[in-house]
Amino acid sequence: MNKDFPRLVLPNIENLSDFDTYVKNGGFDSFRKAIKMNPDEVTNEVKKSKLRGRGGAAFPTGLKWSFMPKGTDKPKYLAVNGDESEPGSFKDRQIFEYNPFQLIEGILIASWAMGLTASYIYIRGEYHKWVALMDKAVQTAYERGFVGEKMKETFGVDFKTDIYVHKGAGAYICGEETSLMNSLEGKRGYPRVKPPFPAQFGLWGMPTTVNNVETIATVPAILRIGAENYAKIGAEGHPGTLLFGVSGHVNKPGVYELPTGIPLKELIYDVCGGVIGNKKIKAIIPGGSSMPPLRGDEIDGINMDEESLKKFGTHIGTGGVMVMDEDTDIVKVTLRIAHFYHHESCGQCTPCREGCGWMEKILKRIAKGEGTTKDLDLLISVANNIEGNTICALGDAAAWPVRGFVTKFRDEFEKAVSANRSFVARNVVHGKRSTREKLVFNA
Amino acid sequence: MEIKFTEEELAEVNRHISKYPQKQAALMPVLWLAQHKWGWLSTDVMRYVAELLELSLAHVEGVATFYTMYFKKPMGKYHIQVCTNVSCMLRKGDVIFNQVSEHLGIKHNEATPDGIFSLEEVECMGACGGAPMIAINEDFHENVDTPQVLELISKLK
Repeated sequence: MNKDFPRLVLPNIENLSDFDTYVKNGGFDSFRKAIKMNPDEVTNEVKKSKLRGRGGAAFPTGLKWSFMPKGTDKPKYLAVNGDESEPGSFKDRQIFEYNPFQLIEGILIASWAMGLTASYIYIRGEYHKWVALMDKAVQTAYERGFVGEKMKETFGVDFKTDIYVHKGAGAYICGEETSLMNSLEGKRGYPRVKPPFPAQFGLWGMPTTVNNVETIATVPAILRIGAENYAKIGAEGHPGTLLFGVSGHVNKPGVYELPTGIPLKELIYDVCGGVIGNKKIKAIIPGGSSMPPLRGDEIDGINMDEESLKKFGTHIGTGGVMVMDEDTDIVKVTLRIAHFYHHESCGQCTPCREGCGWMEKILKRIAKGEGTTKDLDLLISVANNIEGNTICALGDAAAWPVRGFVTKFRDEFEKAVSANRSFVARNVVHGKRSTREKLVFNA
Repeated sequence: MEIKFTEEELAEVNRHISKYPQKQAALMPVLWLAQHKWGWLSTDVMRYVAELLELSLAHVEGVATFYTMYFKKPMGKYHIQVCTNVSCMLRKGDVIFNQVSEHLGIKHNEATPDGIFSLEEVECMGACGGAPMIAINEDFHENVDTPQVLELISKLK
């Protein structure tokens, strides 16, 4: 693989978070290019670049933009999703810290393409420092006349838009697009039923697009190098560069901007310096904790892009790679993940609210050594009954890793329950209500 | 104690209101402002915020209780947050949590009787590359181990 790939989102330029340095390095040239084009042409460029959303679902960005209604006098909004609460993801925070003006430029380009009234950058509450940094960057852009009323003068164009920063307050669910919108409106972050989709009925009932921070920050780079050139970087079906956040048992964890389609092995062994203590890999979660895991012995030939991972039954997600060495207790990891989703379920849909708690309870039992073999099938059954039966994707996100771990590491789970191997079809869960007990009681 | 924002804080409230087409949307930033000033959100504080934004107390309380970062009871002057989610757990974040808990003699979401420290076992804070991590109030400390955390704590006393 070509090592001299361009770094598009986090270029290696010192002090790029300074406004003047950003402008000196070609900052806002892409926006100037965009305003010479017709808004639809800009959207088409993004479509041509084959850019896919970086927030987890890998939805084509240009297509999403084209869903926004045209010729309406309603205000239109963009919500930039920087909630970043998927365990294993820590990439957006690098953009807030090292390249905030590229994000602002990306918002301006999106605003021009979709005719937006205002954009809201939603940043998770825990990122106090980065909320402040982003707030300052937006203020600077206003003061220099690059956003708001003054941009008409600066760019010589009859167009203005506003950008605001909104701070969350600790809720994983608010990374879900409709939940994020409710949160922005000052409500509990409950996901909304779709349809209507945000492009028809979004923030305050107006047409809205929700994009990930990294997605928007990539847009100026696309206009800079050209959509065709961008589409040539990395994997064909999912091109471009991606911010991989690698954590867990590797020697050099961190965020790396690399072309999509990089072999997983290369990412772990060449880029991240291999596994600590040269141990073997037991498991890898390729895209944040909600994605199904991979076994350490099946990573040969896996490339890090959506199409390749899909063939192995998992997804690119947010690009948050978690590496676990051979000594990792898989039951403990699965329990921790189940605990997380139980904690973060908003409680709106019954399958997720009850199911996540149920899975955690079973896993606790197994971890304590009190589980039975029947519990393993019960886990899979509960996971299957959550998946697809909820308003938002949190249900799937909770079900996938549990089902993935139990199926792929069945041996580990079997070991954990081996002391209580049950060959009798006993009704474990509803044992107390069994008919036999009642009969004995009556006799 | 009278619960009221100062003139400057009210100006800040109005700045937040002006960002959104509806007043209700300013609720989260105003709750942040209130928590910053009073340390936690008592019913009286929430009632005041509700009046300020022309909302019902029920709505404000509903929102405040939904988000974990709004405190519904007094917390310590130094709120210590230890991440034990997967990336941190793989690097012994859970061990740090237990040891800190033992050292301070408090459990998850509890405060020391003198009101100096409180402890929270938090979910992923987006610092997985620097795992294990803790946060003290608003500051992240990454790549830490228990002795380092205990030293940080001893400096705060």
